[in-house]
Amino acid sequence: MSGHDFDLAVIGSGPAGLAAAALAASRGLSTVLLDEQPEAGGQIYRAITETPVRDRHVLGPDYWHGAELLGPLRDSGAAHWPGTTVWSVARPREDGADGGRTLQIGLSRNGTAAMLTVRHVLMATGALERPFPIPGWTLPGVLGAGAAQILLKSSGLVPSGRTVLAGTGPLLWLLAWQYLRAGAALDAILDTTPRGNWRAALPLLPAFLRSPYLGKGAKLLLEVRRKVKVIDGVTDLRAEGEGKLSAIVYRQGDGAEQRLAADTLLLHQGVVPNLNLANATGCAQNWDETQRCWRPTTDDWGATSVEGVSLAGDGAGIGGALAAEHAGRVAALDVLHRLGRIDRAERDRAAVPHREALERALRGRAFLDTLYRPADIFRAPADDTIVCRCEEVTAGAVREAVRLGCSGPNQAKSFLRCGMGPCQGRLCGPTVTEVIAAERGVSPAEVGYYRLRPPVKPITLAELAALPKSAADIAAVDKH
Amino acid sequence: MASPTPAPSMSIWKPDVIVIGGGLHGCSAALHLSMRGVRVLVLEKDHVARHASGVNAGGVRQLGRDVAEVPLTVASMALWHRIGELVDDDCGFESHGQLKVAENEAELAGLEARAAALRALGFHHEEVIGQAELRDLVPAIAGHCVGALVSRGDGAAIPFRTTFAFRRKAIALGARFEEGAGVARVVRVGDVWSVETTGGDRHEAPILVNCAGAWADRIAAQLGEPAPLEVIAPMLMITARVPPFIKPVVGASGRTLSFKQFPNGTVLIGGGLLGRAVRDENRTELDFSQVSVNARTVWDLFPVMRGATIVRSWAGIEARMPDQIPVIGPSGTQPGVFHAFGFSAHGFQLGPIVGRITADLITRGGTDLPIQPFHIGRFAA
Amino acid sequence: MFRRLPDIAGDRVSFTIDGRPAEARSGDSVAAALLANGVAACRNTPVSGAARGPYCMMGVCFDCLVTIDGTGNRQGCQVRVAPGMAVETQDGKRGVER
Repeated sequence: MSGHDFDLAVIGSGPAGLAAAALAASRGLSTVLLDEQPEAGGQIYRAITETPVRDRHVLGPDYWHGAELLGPLRDSGAAHWPGTTVWSVARPREDGADGGRTLQIGLSRNGTAAMLTVRHVLMATGALERPFPIPGWTLPGVLGAGAAQILLKSSGLVPSGRTVLAGTGPLLWLLAWQYLRAGAALDAILDTTPRGNWRAALPLLPAFLRSPYLGKGAKLLLEVRRKVKVIDGVTDLRAEGEGKLSAIVYRQGDGAEQRLAADTLLLHQGVVPNLNLANATGCAQNWDETQRCWRPTTDDWGATSVEGVSLAGDGAGIGGALAAEHAGRVAALDVLHRLGRIDRAERDRAAVPHREALERALRGRAFLDTLYRPADIFRAPADDTIVCRCEEVTAGAVREAVRLGCSGPNQAKSFLRCGMGPCQGRLCGPTVTEVIAAERGVSPAEVGYYRLRPPVKPITLAELAALPKSAADIAAVDKH
Repeated sequence: MASPTPAPSMSIWKPDVIVIGGGLHGCSAALHLSMRGVRVLVLEKDHVARHASGVNAGGVRQLGRDVAEVPLTVASMALWHRIGELVDDDCGFESHGQLKVAENEAELAGLEARAAALRALGFHHEEVIGQAELRDLVPAIAGHCVGALVSRGDGAAIPFRTTFAFRRKAIALGARFEEGAGVARVVRVGDVWSVETTGGDRHEAPILVNCAGAWADRIAAQLGEPAPLEVIAPMLMITARVPPFIKPVVGASGRTLSFKQFPNGTVLIGGGLLGRAVRDENRTELDFSQVSVNARTVWDLFPVMRGATIVRSWAGIEARMPDQIPVIGPSGTQPGVFHAFGFSAHGFQLGPIVGRITADLITRGGTDLPIQPFHIGRFAA
Repeated sequence: MFRRLPDIAGDRVSFTIDGRPAEARSGDSVAAALLANGVAACRNTPVSGAARGPYCMMGVCFDCLVTIDGTGNRQGCQVRVAPGMAVETQDGKRGVER
């Protein structure tokens, strides 16, 4: 057999994936860009090709920048397969007949599963919202702020009833600003940024003052604060309702409990790398103390611990959309080098402008990470709070398991089933790590993270049963 | 890695027995020894139930075992039916029988011969049933299945919970566990065994028990006896929750399958198709061409499952012996050493009894169960 | 709880929610279409029976599981609404035959 279907598969069509696929394909690698969503753009540029929101001021210029990434992709000749779910990437088998030079990707498209063979995989799997476990966060009517932003971008939907935003981080303020532009009313913003964070972040301010985000961010923040009731220093938060959200209860500082009637609560406390695929592929990961999250371990070209697998963008550590775009190009150049298209010197030379741009985009990131670090109580919540939404496991149950001898997330998972539901730990992994670490009084780095397993997204038994075995079978499947 | 288990204070407390390996068999040996007042230290290189003991299919099965194992499996089954008395936890054990279905008359004839062979040895727990009773027991079975071999007292339990329960009860009775303590070196010093851990600690005891599973050959090698185990990674997959539709555990006589539904509604599919184990990295790799074979078997035998959603698949690291039966009993070369490993992907059900056998060998110098077939000396050059 | 902005592009799409006629816009995911029609809760969990609705809208949380044209446990946020589509909210565990 010829050995492979493509030189390179890029997984995820957000800024990192779009930029990487365009660059790799334009320099001659046969490249396929795989994405679960029906259109390119990832979450940050979601629905960029077809958003029904006609007024460009609503979503803002940073959003529309995403459209500039599409032309180069089209011109590059890369194959683009939207609507394709990748459920497995298998690292090279040392004893494989192909000498371990290729990787196998398990994917699903239109209800059919297939295995794709490639020489290199570049994961650009982006970020997901950090879980925000508060009592009642599972009630209908409570959504992530990122989810609400997706509703705006892809369907032109805004909240209509009594609406409250709660949490911390740039996206919360951006969403509020977009709602204001769109003419949607907000009842309040409950800001959970711990007051002490300013002190910790202050030494990092000088770098942030040179950040491209500073000017825009400050303006946006002031506009929102002028027009919406903002309640600062929220230290306690819960959602209440019977089968549906009806009220939000909060405390400001050490103050008494306050109650707000509400139809919609939009929660946000930053984003974390979407690392399930990298983890299940066997890529080593490390705990990032500043960003309070696990990130797959990469070198400064995005190469992971698994031969033939690289990572770029927020999936490798949160840097934002612009950084992701430049990191995608840097990683693509390294792939070109690894696959013999360019020599090391050319890789290094070509990477210079992208690295400079990447550095600019990352300037001030540490300030934001420190300023918007979520409070302990919202990362490791009180006992009665559900942490695993799928299996409905509470923080208290996790703590009890620790007392019974479970020293890490994998034992807690075996013991309590937390992380065993269909979301496969995406909505509880960071919390379970933090709860166990706090209970044991050790670092999250010491307690570890779930060992994730393929399929990283559920597939049907029918798809698995029909999985083609031979290369000829695979060729027979309609992959386009 | 630190462990919530308090570290033994070595100056006061000295173990009589060191058990290497914190899987079900190590925990069971520790429990039975502790019940008799023996001081046990369990050394576990990762954490208790990290490998096969925590992630196996949980089948509690007498059905279809090698005849050499039958006396042990029958004795173990008696313990399973009173498992709560042993470990103060029901281990999620439920007994709704296990079946091995025949898809044609030839397979059914093979099952009849098997049942007859066991009857001749005086064992009556395996019986052949026809199509009508098979449909009664398993309404969802495909129409072409003609009958089955059934062991009605069999069932299933929850592996991690079970192993954890054995560990907890052993600790309650005085056993001590050190997790994250791999064994680097085993040497005989005078009348005692000196065990050096990868962390540099040294422990001594007159008796050593090797329950190191897929790593047990390395311990045996230090004792100068070959244990030609193969490191394997049996694969499993599990579905999202569906309403209860099947009680017994179902296997097939012509294909590799273990199929059962947990009380929570999830359906576990396995049976022993292999991925790849990388034991030095504590890692397994799945082989989806083999997972697919398993899925096709379910497609054929349980048509109602065709739309089911698979949410996860995984593999555990196990030891398989060339003759597919375990190593149980005293060392062939060294005094004060006992083995219990190499259960070849069917050791879970034997956990309760093998721990007792090991305790019998240590405290009474013998056992009333026939363990000669499992002697490690069968592999001696 | 969610309303459509005025001056929005996209064709109207007719579909049903538990048999009742409903309207969405082309490009809507099923989950978005449910929210636009005032349906905040789309299933009861198989664990406790608690009501759940769309939470992440990007395919990671699995709280928007619904039955679409007879197939259960589909992620509503990952499927586009289509003319004539029959969307059903889910109660607990889906039968294996669905």
